[in-house]
Amino acid sequence: MNGEPLLRFVDVSKVYPLPAGDVVALDHVSLTVEHGEFIAVMGPSGSGKSTLLNMMGCLDVPTRGKIYLSGQEISGMSDDDLTRLRRDHIGFIFQQFNLIPLLSAVENVEFPLVLKTGRTESRQRAVEVLRMMHLDDALFSHKPGELSGGEQQRVAIARALVNDPDLLLCDEPTGNLDTKTGMAIMEILATENREGKTIVMVTHDPGVAAYARRTIRIVDGRVA
Amino acid sequence: MLFIDLSVRNLRRHKVRSFLATVGIIIGVVAIASLGIMGSSLSTLVGGMVSDVSDTILVTPHLAASSGDPFDPRNTLAASVSTKNVALIEKAAGQHRTVPMILASDRLRVRDTSGYATIYAMPAADIPFLLEREAGLYPQGRSSGVMVGSLLADELNLHPGSRIEVGGESVRVVGVAAERGMGIDINPDYAVIVTEDWYTERHGERDYSRVVVKVSDLSAIEDVKAAIDQQINRRKEVVDVLDSREILELYYETLDAMNIFLLGIGGVSLLVASVSILNVMIISVTERTAEIGLMRSIGARKREVLRMFLYESLILGVIGSIIGGIISAAVACYASASVGDLFADFAVTGEAGIPVSVVIGYVAFAMAFGIGTSIVAGFYPAWKAAQLNPIEALRYE
Ligand SMILES: Nc1ncnc2c1ncn2[C@@H]1O[C@H](COP(=O)(O)OP(=O)(O)OP(=O)(O)O)[C@@H](O)[C@H]1O
Ligand SMILES: [Mg+2]
Repeated sequence: MNGEPLLRFVDVSKVYPLPAGDVVALDHVSLTVEHGEFIAVMGPSGSGKSTLLNMMGCLDVPTRGKIYLSGQEISGMSDDDLTRLRRDHIGFIFQQFNLIPLLSAVENVEFPLVLKTGRTESRQRAVEVLRMMHLDDALFSHKPGELSGGEQQRVAIARALVNDPDLLLCDEPTGNLDTKTGMAIMEILATENREGKTIVMVTHDPGVAAYARRTIRIVDGRVA
Repeated sequence: MLFIDLSVRNLRRHKVRSFLATVGIIIGVVAIASLGIMGSSLSTLVGGMVSDVSDTILVTPHLAASSGDPFDPRNTLAASVSTKNVALIEKAAGQHRTVPMILASDRLRVRDTSGYATIYAMPAADIPFLLEREAGLYPQGRSSGVMVGSLLADELNLHPGSRIEVGGESVRVVGVAAERGMGIDINPDYAVIVTEDWYTERHGERDYSRVVVKVSDLSAIEDVKAAIDQQINRRKEVVDVLDSREILELYYETLDAMNIFLLGIGGVSLLVASVSILNVMIISVTERTAEIGLMRSIGARKREVLRMFLYESLILGVIGSIIGGIISAAVACYASASVGDLFADFAVTGEAGIPVSVVIGYVAFAMAFGIGTSIVAGFYPAWKAAQLNPIEALRYE
């Protein structure tokens, strides 16, 4: 990895032009994420946490500034290239609506793998990752609507990990869960981090943030 | 496969909606195929009718009706070609054979059955010239014998020697004409054929209804027509002179127009079907916006999203077209039989059924059109889905 940080933001701004006036969601943000880090992003609502995370995940491109992923600048990339980066190097876990309703748990986990390899016989790997998340085998064939919130998040983590990404991005992964279930999910993420996975996680909950080893505070689009 | 699978599942999830969209395609395909088949089978039938009379020139009285005005008082005049004009036509036709004839209709009674039949009266010598004989003899001179058309004979079980009542008078059938089919000169299969003498003896001298000129050499047609025109129509239109090719062309023109019209109706119904597919797909894309955002975030490319939605409309189109194709083929088989029957009443000989190749051609055309329409209709929503911004789509509630 020749010493390059996994992720480097250089003076990144994001402006949403709205009829009522421009909204500055991120304001000259510079930061780095090293391999193996576990970072919590905290800050008030509307401060730009999700915007930051989406930018880290190549879902969005900055209005100004540069983002380097493993030393590679992403702003000039085509939509297809960015999509391929997301598919192969980044795992996303959202607060809600993480799973495709028409696919069963195991099919949801398979989905990114099939997108990557173009093959349908990815079942074995999907089952393996799901078992790592301690999901009961009996639930593998259940549709998302037939799973509890905690179970859905386990499937979502499995789905995010199936392509063995460099970076795991979680936007309030426990936001919809009760404390106990949330802690169980955090245990899983902590384990993944101990085994080497880099994680950046947005949260409002100091208890959840405590699992991380570094906290970035965002206020009004700036790193505080 | 994954995307086809997703498309199928989504269609299954909304059974009613998918079913209705499919019904639209089915109706469109059936409409195009069956209307197309109907139109082309009419052309085929007409084409079969007049193939062997290309050597015919038909001279008919010039009707005011051909002025196109239905209220023209001359419409009520009994139209006829005078004896004097027949002589002029004969002169113009030169060595080509000229057959003047009277068309009438009279009451026909055979045993217990009675009704009206067409009567063709023409010079005795011309009857063998125009008609083949199936049985018996040709009617001669003033004798009371008549000839009957082949299908009339079949239907009423008539043979040479049978007695029939024509206009209240009992006469003997001396011969049966061979089946001839519908022609532009005469249609004798359901008619009674008598000599001109026979007719005038009973009804008095009368002008002729039409004159048929048979040219021995097809290249002479134009000259003969011109000569007849020259002789009779110099000052005003007295007669219409048409040759069989012109009449055929007229038929075909009419039929072609009808064909296009029928296909147009079919096309409109497919258009309606495509709007319903468009509608279904737009709804589908809208309600799956968040799902599309999710797929895009975790690595589905634009073209993969496009494909997933195109498959949906393609599946609707293929299923609708297959069902529609099967129904049209069945309808065509049924119609082939009944159109055949219908036209048998008009005395069409030979192939009354619809050729299999025509059926296959139109069914394939309609199916291709149905599938094509679905793809076109599905493309816009699918493209919209692919262009969605992943973040905004994810936030969509
Ligand atoms: N697509 C958009 N168009 C316009 N403005 C946007 C858009 N996305 C975000 N914003 C604005 O940018 C700012 C930052 O939004 P962001 O979603 O990053 O906040 P957040 O910190 O994640 O908030 P929360 O904790 O409520 O999730 C907000 O003011 C928001 O209204
Ligand atoms: Mg947020």
